[in-house]
Order: sequence, then structure tokens, then C-alpha cells
Amino acid sequence: MGRFIPARILHELVEMMSFTSMQLLGGVDVLVGNYRKRSFRRLLLLLSAVALLTVTVLVDVMTGPASLSFPDVISIILDPAGAPAQHRVIVWDLRLPIAIMAVCVGAMLGVAGAEMQTILNNPLADPFTLGLSSAASFGAALAIVLQWSLIPGAGVFFVTGNAFAMAMVTSLALYGFTKLRGVTPEAMILVGIAMLFTFNALLALLQYGASELQLAQIIFWQLGSLARASWGKVVTCVIVLAIVLPYFMSRSWSLTALRMGEEKAASLGVNVSFLRLSVLAGVSLLAAVAVSFVGAVAFVGLVGPHIARIIVGEDQRGFLPFSALAGALIMSGTSIVSKAITPGVIYPIGMITSLIGIPFFISLILSQRQRHWQ
Amino acid sequence: MTLSAHGITVSFGTSTVLSDTGFAALQPGQLTALIGPNAAGKSTLFRTIAGLVKPQEGTIMLDGSDLSELSTQHRLQRICFMPQFFTANAALSVFDVVLMAQKQLAGWRVSGDDMIAVATALKAARIGHLAEANIGELSGGQAQMVSVCQALIRRAEVYLFDEPTSALDLRHQLDVMDRIKSAMQERGAIGIVALHDLNLAARYADHLLLIGSGQILAQGAPDVVLSDPLIAATYDVAIQTGKGPRKELNVHAYAD
Repeated sequence: MGRFIPARILHELVEMMSFTSMQLLGGVDVLVGNYRKRSFRRLLLLLSAVALLTVTVLVDVMTGPASLSFPDVISIILDPAGAPAQHRVIVWDLRLPIAIMAVCVGAMLGVAGAEMQTILNNPLADPFTLGLSSAASFGAALAIVLQWSLIPGAGVFFVTGNAFAMAMVTSLALYGFTKLRGVTPEAMILVGIAMLFTFNALLALLQYGASELQLAQIIFWQLGSLARASWGKVVTCVIVLAIVLPYFMSRSWSLTALRMGEEKAASLGVNVSFLRLSVLAGVSLLAAVAVSFVGAVAFVGLVGPHIARIIVGEDQRGFLPFSALAGALIMSGTSIVSKAITPGVIYPIGMITSLIGIPFFISLILSQRQRHWQ
Repeated sequence: MTLSAHGITVSFGTSTVLSDTGFAALQPGQLTALIGPNAAGKSTLFRTIAGLVKPQEGTIMLDGSDLSELSTQHRLQRICFMPQFFTANAALSVFDVVLMAQKQLAGWRVSGDDMIAVATALKAARIGHLAEANIGELSGGQAQMVSVCQALIRRAEVYLFDEPTSALDLRHQLDVMDRIKSAMQERGAIGIVALHDLNLAARYADHLLLIGSGQILAQGAPDVVLSDPLIAATYDVAIQTGKGPRKELNVHAYAD
């Protein structure tokens, strides 16, 4: 063809054609506009999630044996002094700590799961699958059955203290292993699964020798429950979140870059091993505190980030806050359900998250058009 | 400003990938093609220059100073390295990943200028229509163009492209090479491109580096290096050069 049409004209023709197709598809301002639209939509989604969370927390406070109306709840929260003493106790001492605890723990598990999935490049990673939750359960069982305290002087918190200690030890073991053999995501997942089975076996061993009363306690713990929430625990959770979240946020671009592969991230200047280890430390802290306060709650750390990924994508500037909000919404919603099923009975929350989470999760995966994992 | 390397030795365990090798000063504004057979050490040389691999011995000098004195992060701001592969099916759009390169991992806020820079770069790379596409849905060639776009949006003194054209069709190969070459000229930057296509190297490179079994074997102008008998021995083929219809240098390889 080049012989019949001078090549220069052909070249210009191609230039012109691609130019017109470019015009049809819009110029620079259209691309910027599209991105702005997407950022705005993301912000809007985040704000709606916050609004929805506020509503679920209020509904959570409303729900319970002594029925309170929506206006009642709001006036008691805004003006505790003006409310009847009985209502004040119900709202401020009994229900609010549980409702806020649900939000905190959900956010912690959501963030922990999101960053574990990111640094390990694995959609199945969460505190549960890496054995942190079962380690915490084992720690609690040690306290319940053998009365051993891993943290001297933990006093009345020794069950929680043990759970925390075991979760941290497990994270440190994971950390140590990766130091020894290099930080490959596959190795970390495999070690995590080995931990999971080890602690489950040890837990079974303890259960085998436990009395009926102790067994009931362990099982209650294993199922996860918000019933032991208190303002002290809420404050601890908030402090931990206030330490870990800003660090993760400051690493947003690096964490986003990591999703393009290690090589690419490294070429952009990300210190991949250091990022993995420091984020793992933060995740361990979040998971250990969350699990040690409410017991093993499955699926929140797994499902929360997946919902966030589908809705806002994996730019960490949206992914991280949305994972936290999704986790918090799941926990808060579950807390309502756990009280509403049978009036007067509060079901263990871990059971509900699994029962609601699994079908929801499967339908999400089935309806998902894009596949973000190979 | 020049880039040079001396006495570089890199080994992983017992296998030596680069052995006591180097290259004479590469000039700013020029495009150098790094050619050599598979597993000759091209990627390792790039990773060593970028600072992602620490050489056991040897020095790499940029602008008269030893690069090993820089932190990896600072070094990667002066040397932009585009790795060969990226496979990702994360929930990120093409715009997101180019923006990530533009932001150089710093600062949470995205300014209007950042967005305009990204949109302009995407337009220049003729992948504006892919801006909102998910990176997992790109073809190999499209991913490669995104990768080149990510590299060129960054302002560096040295650019290393590891096989930027291997998955591209003819038209896009020429486009990408054109853009890389003119970017190097405009920015007065030192560009090195690893290439398998010797004709592409002959067409676009100002300078060639021939690498074989872990050593730089020849360095110089394309017509000189390509007619060197060493190149035939390195690739284990018979090589003849000639002139194409537009007086460009042509390379023909024969397996006998």
C-alpha cells in the first residue's frame, strides 16, 4: 500500500484518524472530569456510609428488652442529665458501650483484613485465616481452664490479657519466620494456616480436659460476643485505631503501588519488605486488641475489604476508610440482629456474622463482573 | 551529566549474573539500546543501576558522584526504572496507577495540576480512552503502554526501560520508541532501553551496549557495534547489516 500512497500522506492520515478518535473520546479536561466525578462519587459514598453507620448505632441503642423510641435515644444521648435515671443507665452504661464497641471492633477488623490482603496479595488473608484469632482463643482458654496468666498482674483482665499475648506472639512468630526465609506472601499464608491448625488442636486439647462450666465459657469466647464491652475497652480500641490508622494512611500510595506487583512497587521506591513488616505489626496490634476484647469474630475482616474493593476500588485513599466503615457497618448491623432475633436473648455475634456474612459474600462474588484476583 | 559503571559484579548465591563489567559514560539526551540474548544479565544490570540489587563489587557513577551513597528512595527519584512485567488485577483504573507514579508515593492530596498532568500523559501515550479501564482488563500491549506512561510522567535524570515494546504491534512499537527518544532529547536525560529487536535498536538508538554472559562486550555507535563480529558470536547467529529503503540501518540474522 505504501507504494501507491506516499508514506508521508499515509502517516498523516493515520495521525488525523487517531486525532479525530481522540476528539470523540474527549480531551484532557474530559479525563480530568471523569476522575473528578469518580473521586466525588467516592467521597459521597464515604459520607453515606458514615450517615448509615450513625443510624445503625442509634438503632442498636434502641434495640433491647426495654424498648426506647428513636427520639428518646437521641435526647438521652444529647442530654443525659435530663433523662430518667433508669433510661440513662440503660443507654449510657449498657447499650452505648456495646454499640460503639461494635463499630470500633468492626473498623479494626476491616482495616486489619484490608491491609493483610494488600500486603500478602491474597484475597483470603484476614486475622482469622492467619491464625491470630485462634491464637487469641487459645490464650483465653489457657486462662479459663488452667488459670494461667501470660501477663503478670493482668488482674481481672487476665483472660483478655492472655488472648492479646497469644495473638501478639503469633504475629511475632510470623514476623520472625519472614525474617528467616524472606517475605514471600505464599510463605506467610502457609505459616498462618499452620498456626491456625496448631492453635485449634491445642484449644481442642484444653477443651477435652475442661469442666462443663469452663467449656461453656470457652465456647462463648470462641463464638465472639460484645456482651463484655465497657467504656474502658472502647477507649483502648480508639487509641489503637488512632495509632495505627494514621500510619496506614500515610502509606496509602505505597500500599496501592504494592497491588501492581512487588517489582513495580520497588521500582517506584517502595521498600517492600519494610512496608510488609511494619504493616503486619500494625495489623497484628489491631487484630489482637479486637479479638482479645470480643473473641473470635469471623468474616468481618474478610468481607469488609471485599465490599470496599467492589464499591470504591483499591486506591488506598478510598479503600482504607471504606474497609473500616464496611467492617463497622457489618458489626453494628450484626449487633442489632443478635438482639432482635429473640427478644431478651443476645446471641453471640460471631455466629451471626458468619451466618449473614457467608450468603452475602457468595452473592457478592457471583454478581461481581470484574475479577480482581487471579 | 553522564552515567558510567565500572567493575560491576553481581551474584545470587553461587550463580554470577554480572562479572566485573561496566560501560563508559553515557551522554545526556541520548538513547542507548541494551542488546543481548536471553539471560545475558540485561534486567540485572538495570536493577543494579536502579539500586534494587546491590552489587558485590563495582561502582556506578552519575554526574560524577557514586550512586551507592544515595538511599534507595532518593536514588529511584533520580533513576526511573520500568520493570519488564506487571501483572495486576487489582481494582485500580489506568488513571489511578499513572496518578500513583505522578505522586511518587508522597502526599495524600491530589491537586488539579496532578490530574491535568496525568490526563495529558495519557493523551500523549494515546491511551486516553483507557483512562477509566481496570488495569486487570488490559491486554499485554496496553499494560506495557501504561507502564511506559507511568515511567515518562516521572521527572528523572536516567530512564531505564526493560523491553518496553515486547508486547506491542508494529505501529505502537514505533510510537513508543519515538516517544521515549524524544522525551530523552527534550529532558536531556540518559535513556537506556533493553531491546530484543535489533532493527528497532538500529533505528532509534544513538548508542548500543552489547551484553552477553554477564559482561558488556561492545559499546558504541549502532553501525559499529552491529557490524562487529562479536554480535554474531554473542547471539550465535550469522548477522548481516545493510541499508533499508530509507537509508536506515537494517540487521538480518541467519541461523546457519
